[in-house]
Amino acid sequence: MRAALSTLEVARPRSLDHALALLHDSLGHGRLVPLAGGTDLFVSLNAGQVPGTRYLDLGSLRELRGVRERAGALVLGAMTTFSEIREHALVRRRYPALAAAAAEIGAWQIQNRGTLGGNIANASPAGDSLPVLMVLEAVVHARSVRGAREVPFSGLFRGYRDLALEPDELITAVSLPAAPARAQQFFRKVGTRRAQSISKVVLAGLLRLGRDGRVDLARVSLGSVAPVTLRARRAERVLLGAKPSATASAAARAALLEDIAPIDDIRSDREYRLLVSGNVLEQFLRAAAPRFARG
Amino acid sequence: MSASVALSLTVNGRRRRLRVPPMKRLLDVLREDCGLTGTKEGCGEGECGACTVLMDGLAVNACLVPAVQADGARILTVEGLAKGPALSVLQRAFVERGGTQCGICTPGILVTAHALLQRAKGRVPAAVEVRVALAGNLCRCTGYQKIVDAVRAAATARKPRAAARARPPRAAAKARRSAPRGRGVRR
Repeated sequence: MRAALSTLEVARPRSLDHALALLHDSLGHGRLVPLAGGTDLFVSLNAGQVPGTRYLDLGSLRELRGVRERAGALVLGAMTTFSEIREHALVRRRYPALAAAAAEIGAWQIQNRGTLGGNIANASPAGDSLPVLMVLEAVVHARSVRGAREVPFSGLFRGYRDLALEPDELITAVSLPAAPARAQQFFRKVGTRRAQSISKVVLAGLLRLGRDGRVDLARVSLGSVAPVTLRARRAERVLLGAKPSATASAAARAALLEDIAPIDDIRSDREYRLLVSGNVLEQFLRAAAPRFARG
Repeated sequence: MSASVALSLTVNGRRRRLRVPPMKRLLDVLREDCGLTGTKEGCGEGECGACTVLMDGLAVNACLVPAVQADGARILTVEGLAKGPALSVLQRAFVERGGTQCGICTPGILVTAHALLQRAKGRVPAAVEVRVALAGNLCRCTGYQKIVDAVRAAATARKPRAAARARPPRAAAKARRSAPRGRGVRR
């Protein structure tokens, strides 16, 4: 059943500092719920789940918008939409896996409203941009009335829908360090259909071969297969230093099964997710280095 | 903070000033406060696209947009496509090609397709482009083929006029001068 939206209140801050002050002051008497693109929030509200009665509209804060280059990194404002990411020339050139993820989140209508910061803050283990941000070793910029700080993606997820952020902190931007040169980037989402679906399994990867033909960089991250988006560290360790072959691919696949802990839920089941995670990992390896397909 | 906010938005070219609850859905603002019932509610969770409208030129699900975030925006609903009783080229193509059956998804599909044709700027989008653009609009009747055909037919029909308008006068004159010569060479 739909929630009674007419009783919900919205604070409309004039600036980021104003927003941070309002958020801080709301602690203890009904915290303001940050409102970004609304594409997750309104699904909950329309289903009768009300995360709060007072909201903080981030839609008009210019400080949270725009994509800039800074010292070799690309800094994306938290309110950057997936359409903007999908179409941004630098994102497409340097971070093709992120552009690919942005193009498969919902469809046009969702990509025009949904934001990068919102996808992170929502902290769903199925968030499609998160595995890409994880392998790109993105850094989350957070701010509160106490000041700004940076949280590396590797330390962001403490537990199921639990981020290493304070209740009065807002995500202001995400910076992407320069992608490792010559590394192959990969993104694959598996759902019931290509558009509009919530992932059953989502995998992002970076892989590079050194001069000696061995893997000298391997990063793999998955979503929808554990309580949080995670790095597949065991699989990465098996890959690092390996010479691409079908045997190495199978070894990485076996290690991956130790990295993930999928469950049965409404979208899929554990067995399917284990099988498909392994398949997609092998697909990634073959795409990055065809020798992974050979004996 | 209060339970209602004053909003100013432009809907189908007409400026509207409204007082509504800030989290009221744009869908309900359009249907209830503006009396524009062409925009339909399907799923109410951003899956089906029946409530698609353009907000500052971009397709959005009106069931997921709070009124407060539409303040100052230009909104285009399906009612804004026709000029009085004259259907747009796109609407006519849907009628002529059988791009609509039960009709509940049609307003949203027309609006998304309108955005696609605007982006295409006179180019006829490939079938796959139409399908990607319309991936957020579900239709349970047509099987989509006739929708895709109608959108491409509309783009084809719009093309000569749009191209002539887009071409700067000097380039157009040059094209006129060079066209007969080109034909002569081939003969």
